[in-house]
Amino acid sequence: MDLVKVKNLSRSFDVSKPWLNRVIERQPKLFLKAVSEVDFDIAERSTYALVGESGSGKSTIGRMLVGLLTPSGGNVEIEGVDLAHETDAAKVSAVRADIQMIFQDPYASLNPRWRVRDIIVEPVLARGGETKGLAERLLEQVGLSAEDAGKFPHEFSGGQRQRICIARALSSEPRLIVCDEPTSALDVSVQAQVLNLMSDLKDSFGLTYLLISHDLTVVQHMADRIGVLYLGRLVEEADPDTLFSDPKHPYTQMLLEAAPRLDAFGREVVPPEGEIPNPIEPPKGCAFHPRCPFAVDRCRTERPDLRQIGTSRAACHLAE
Amino acid sequence: MTDTPNLEKTPVRDKSRFAVAMESDFVYAFKRSPVAIVSCIVVLILVLSAVFAPLIATTNPFDPASLNLMNGFTAPMEPNAFTGDTFLLGTDDQGRDVFSTILYGMRISLFVGVAAVLFAMVLGITLGLISGYFGGWTETIIMRTADVQLTFPSILVAMLIFGIAKGITPVEYRDQMAIWVLILAIGLSDWVQFARVVRSATLVEKSKDYVAAARLIGRKPGAIMLRHILPNVLSPVLVIATISLALAIIAEATLSFLGVGAPPTQPSLGTLIRIGQGFLFSGEWWILLFPAVTLLALALSVNLLGDWLRDALNPRLR
Repeated sequence: MDLVKVKNLSRSFDVSKPWLNRVIERQPKLFLKAVSEVDFDIAERSTYALVGESGSGKSTIGRMLVGLLTPSGGNVEIEGVDLAHETDAAKVSAVRADIQMIFQDPYASLNPRWRVRDIIVEPVLARGGETKGLAERLLEQVGLSAEDAGKFPHEFSGGQRQRICIARALSSEPRLIVCDEPTSALDVSVQAQVLNLMSDLKDSFGLTYLLISHDLTVVQHMADRIGVLYLGRLVEEADPDTLFSDPKHPYTQMLLEAAPRLDAFGREVVPPEGEIPNPIEPPKGCAFHPRCPFAVDRCRTERPDLRQIGTSRAACHLAE
Repeated sequence: MTDTPNLEKTPVRDKSRFAVAMESDFVYAFKRSPVAIVSCIVVLILVLSAVFAPLIATTNPFDPASLNLMNGFTAPMEPNAFTGDTFLLGTDDQGRDVFSTILYGMRISLFVGVAAVLFAMVLGITLGLISGYFGGWTETIIMRTADVQLTFPSILVAMLIFGIAKGITPVEYRDQMAIWVLILAIGLSDWVQFARVVRSATLVEKSKDYVAAARLIGRKPGAIMLRHILPNVLSPVLVIATISLALAIIAEATLSFLGVGAPPTQPSLGTLIRIGQGFLFSGEWWILLFPAVTLLALALSVNLLGDWLRDALNPRLR
């Protein structure tokens, strides 16, 4: 059963200059399309990973899923409820209780003036639940000690803070946790600990993860299904084994080529060609064609749709 | 659980809270700054003597029964020609002991100053939080109002508010209301500073993920502003409050000196200076000088303390 259904999801941001400047300089309003027409489903108790370069819209999708941003087109259904359009407040609040988020920067995501205990029980308190002993129990579950509940966030290291964030996310007993690059601010040694903790908790709490990352090794280790984003569009979706052994989309191939590998010291790394294009004026046709080594004329005029190819889905005219 | 034990535990504290506080950077910086120590002592002496004025003062200047008109214009430390009484800082035209009037006057000055700053602080923090958090039209209206008010000298704004408020209060209540009107006028002329600082700090804090974490569990904006953002924007507010206190005391003295502030029945330091300047050229210098010196000492030391606080709380200036 699918816990999350994302349909035709789009989000654009108004990046125009102030009204007076536009009138004087005779410029139109400018919109940045961060996410365009993205479709995917997340099965219950699975981990769905979104990968892509900076600016590909990964975090925007994550924030729309938890309700921090409203979609400008399409919708997100969680447990069958569309949070942005549902009018029944009781339903919305019931679904919100099932969603939590872990943020990238563990230094900014904990309120520096609050004790760890208060931070962890806040999601429960917001719904008027019972919080006695909850923080202590959760701290031990994430590998810290119960005495840490009385301390302030500045007394902890980055990895410990991320454990506190995980404890906070778990406190309201959610079904879905959106993890926005949960390990990219951490040391490599601590990254593995946090990831292991996350997969242990997934099993014991029956969680569903949306994992947002730019680190392919993290994704390979954790995900059941991977979606590759390029300029706000899903260009390929596959399970990890297929994606890493047989990438269909030239962009995915390029990403895998560029990823650093331990077994390939001294190999010549071919850096990806070109930059990610300006999302305010995306290229016509396939957005990837200016960087694509296989681009043909059709790619420059017609945008490829996401097609089912074997077990994967890819948006490329040439993929087969 | 992960198999790596948690090695980086912070050591258990066995010291009391007071001992920890005494070792903080803040106390260290205080001990190293002679200016801070001296101004702190001056402020403490002045505030304590104002608070305990009824115990320290030799006479109650508000009680006509304790006054003797024969004692009028006695010079400091000289026995009066008629009664033989000696006064530490002399007496004014009605025989009121200048030392006692200063103590009671300082009470009113400090009360008006503190109350006005608290009022400005509450108003400024509220409007600053709202405009920083919501943005858009709300912010535009609040902050442009603040900008317009900044273009006028604050004393002018205070006089305007004072005049309007006096105009609408009934005559028989004017003297009683004068102090409260003064607080309102100075407070309303001073909220802009707080609003601007709180707004800019709120803009920084609201983009941090802990605010997003509170939003996504469905906390209402009011709760987020009060419980999450407010504690994180308070330290610059503390600095401005101290400096504003000095300015509010001076503003009150200025208004009272101009005759629109505290009434002669409840003289503040400013009222005393206004009364005293009438006798300056007739040789009774002490009626002016001592209240003026007290006001100077009070405002200067509060201001120096505020300056030091700003430096001590701002790590970039160290």
